[in-house]
Amino acid sequence: MRRVTFPHMGESYRTFKMLLNDLGNEVILPPRPSRKTLNLGVQHTPEFACFPLKILMGTYLETMEMGANVIVTSGGVGPCRAGLYAELHKKILHDLGYNIEMIVFEPPRLYPFNFIRNVYKLNPAKLSIKAIIECIKRAWRKLQALDNLEKATHVIRPRETLSGATTKTYKKVLEWVDEAYTTNQIVEAEKAALDELNKIPQNPERIVLKVGIVGEIYVLLEPASNLEIEETLGNLGVEVERSMFLTGWTRDNTWKETVEGMTVKEAAEPYLPELIGGHGRDSIGNTILYAKRKFDGVIQLAPFTCIPEIVARTILTSVSRDYQIPVLTFFLDEQTGKAGMATRLEAFVDLMKRKKMLLASGS
Amino acid sequence: MIRVGIPNALFYYVYFPMWKAFFEELGLQVVTSGKTTKKLLDGGVREALADACVPVKVFFGHALSLKDKVDFLFIPRIVCLNKKTVYCPKFLGLPDMIRFGMENMPAVIDVRIDTRSKKNAVFRAYYSVGKLFNKKPELIVKAYLKAKHIQKVYQQYLRKGLQPPEAIELIFQNKKPRLTSQSGQLNFGIVGYPYVIHDQYISVDIVNKLRRMGVNVKTSDNLSPLNLKLQRYNTGKRFFWTFSERTLRAARYFSNQKKKLDGIIHLTAFGCGPDSIVDKFIQFDNGTNGIPFMSISIDEHSGEAGIGTRLEAFVDMVKRQKRSEQ
Ligand code: SF4
Ligand code: SF4
Repeated sequence: MRRVTFPHMGESYRTFKMLLNDLGNEVILPPRPSRKTLNLGVQHTPEFACFPLKILMGTYLETMEMGANVIVTSGGVGPCRAGLYAELHKKILHDLGYNIEMIVFEPPRLYPFNFIRNVYKLNPAKLSIKAIIECIKRAWRKLQALDNLEKATHVIRPRETLSGATTKTYKKVLEWVDEAYTTNQIVEAEKAALDELNKIPQNPERIVLKVGIVGEIYVLLEPASNLEIEETLGNLGVEVERSMFLTGWTRDNTWKETVEGMTVKEAAEPYLPELIGGHGRDSIGNTILYAKRKFDGVIQLAPFTCIPEIVARTILTSVSRDYQIPVLTFFLDEQTGKAGMATRLEAFVDLMKRKKMLLASGS
Repeated sequence: MIRVGIPNALFYYVYFPMWKAFFEELGLQVVTSGKTTKKLLDGGVREALADACVPVKVFFGHALSLKDKVDFLFIPRIVCLNKKTVYCPKFLGLPDMIRFGMENMPAVIDVRIDTRSKKNAVFRAYYSVGKLFNKKPELIVKAYLKAKHIQKVYQQYLRKGLQPPEAIELIFQNKKPRLTSQSGQLNFGIVGYPYVIHDQYISVDIVNKLRRMGVNVKTSDNLSPLNLKLQRYNTGKRFFWTFSERTLRAARYFSNQKKKLDGIIHLTAFGCGPDSIVDKFIQFDNGTNGIPFMSISIDEHSGEAGIGTRLEAFVDMVKRQKRSEQ
């Protein structure tokens, strides 16, 4: 019996579960990455492998124990290591004696046949092409709904009057979207969920700082890997805007990424004219766009040893100076502690507050 | 005279002869930063991001030391030279890192070379550099041809078994290497990035250390491109970084030389992203075919003592094994 699993990235598993079920697969849900996941991952990967590679390794090993034998993941082409993850994972798993099948999706635009072949492999229900497209569309809508809810929490949390209210409501309404199946149901659930979130009592007086979040995709999308930094920031009275979402990112890859008439690429051009792989150039471009939009600061999240983000960080020193925007970087790995992070965040928030007040009094 | 600075790091070990010949033929003065020293490295460690790999820190140190001595720094943006693989993202962003990562640096010449995008990309790149200095087309072409010739001589020396620092000294100072005759009792292959193996400070001069222990050394740099090209390795997917791919192929080549080689050493750089994967693949890829293998990671303070001891232990082990086989 084939039991399918996939990487854990925030709440997106709710969508993938639905889609894979629709196509007739038995799904083993990946658990939220925990200490155990990290320990397993660290144990079976090279020391300087990037953090996402380690977490994914841990996740796969956990799901193998739960009986999974097919892994669906994405490949991606250079120039960064992500493109080689799947191969390395496969070799390590085989080496450990797991007889698994790995289905690696490459970007469909570049590899249309790979895409079709893979979909075919994951379609034991033998749905027609038309039906499959319907399923994908519905799944996409659900993914968008999930992203929209998350975005709403980013705005509401820093303004909540009752500490913890947003997180609690968010957990509840996620289930509503989770249960929705048809497109109509998804749209309705999304609306009800947003209404519910907006009912959370807010303090309109509170001075809220705005911070943009840039960095590598996995640590941006998986809160467990960044120690729930967005929640911590929200509790500190900071509204965050993340530069990347699963639906947003995929769109950027396919269409032109326009923000206020200037693309991320154009913004980054004077500092880094080369596409260096990963999301290094986006980190620079987005930081500049946030600065232009008068954000109070930017936080860069990067896996330890992440090559493109190291290049980006080096250059961000100048960007931060030229645009007068504070930038704080976290290189994350299994040793990053929540307490240490909180201390650095508090200091950063103080710095931004002081700057904001200085500006306010000056004008 | 206009002074062009070339840091003795990273691409230096691969293209320095060509670059030097080119600039000198154009009538410019080439200034290098010399061998890596403690002071130089300290500067790099201070200026570069703590999370950067050692070779990039070394590069920062060299660039910094040239700061007040040159009018330009030559840091080309080498993206792709073989139409297939590209260089590690840190090479792709190298000129930008130097320009924006340190203050008050001299102007950076960052001509881009990507053979996938244009025909004759390499010549065009050199030509645009010549134009930057307002040189006449004939002179630029002449300088380019001269540079190409020198580079060819350089590569021939490498094929003959000289290591890059030796070949560079032979070409520009006519200094004959001391140890050309390979008379040791053991033969080792060293794989890894040229800027790690041949930076005698960070690698604690591994090549000569081994020679003194009676080991003849071949490095990835001594293998011909054709030989490397013929190696099949099995990673399922093409490795897209040039130096990493080359390391993998060299390891493959050496592991097929069972009769001639007694040991293989992989020198990896602390904090190197690609290396973590390369090393794992070397081990997976049918290991090294039974040839004793060791990987050593080099960092800012790897120090003589630690590596020396490990090398001695490895050499002893290989010797013992060899004796018991006879
Ligand atoms: S972008 Fe960073 S985390 Fe992703 S593969 Fe590259 S080095 Fe690893
Ligand atoms: S290949 Fe490794 S050592 Fe070389 S620049 Fe890239 S990260 Fe650094």
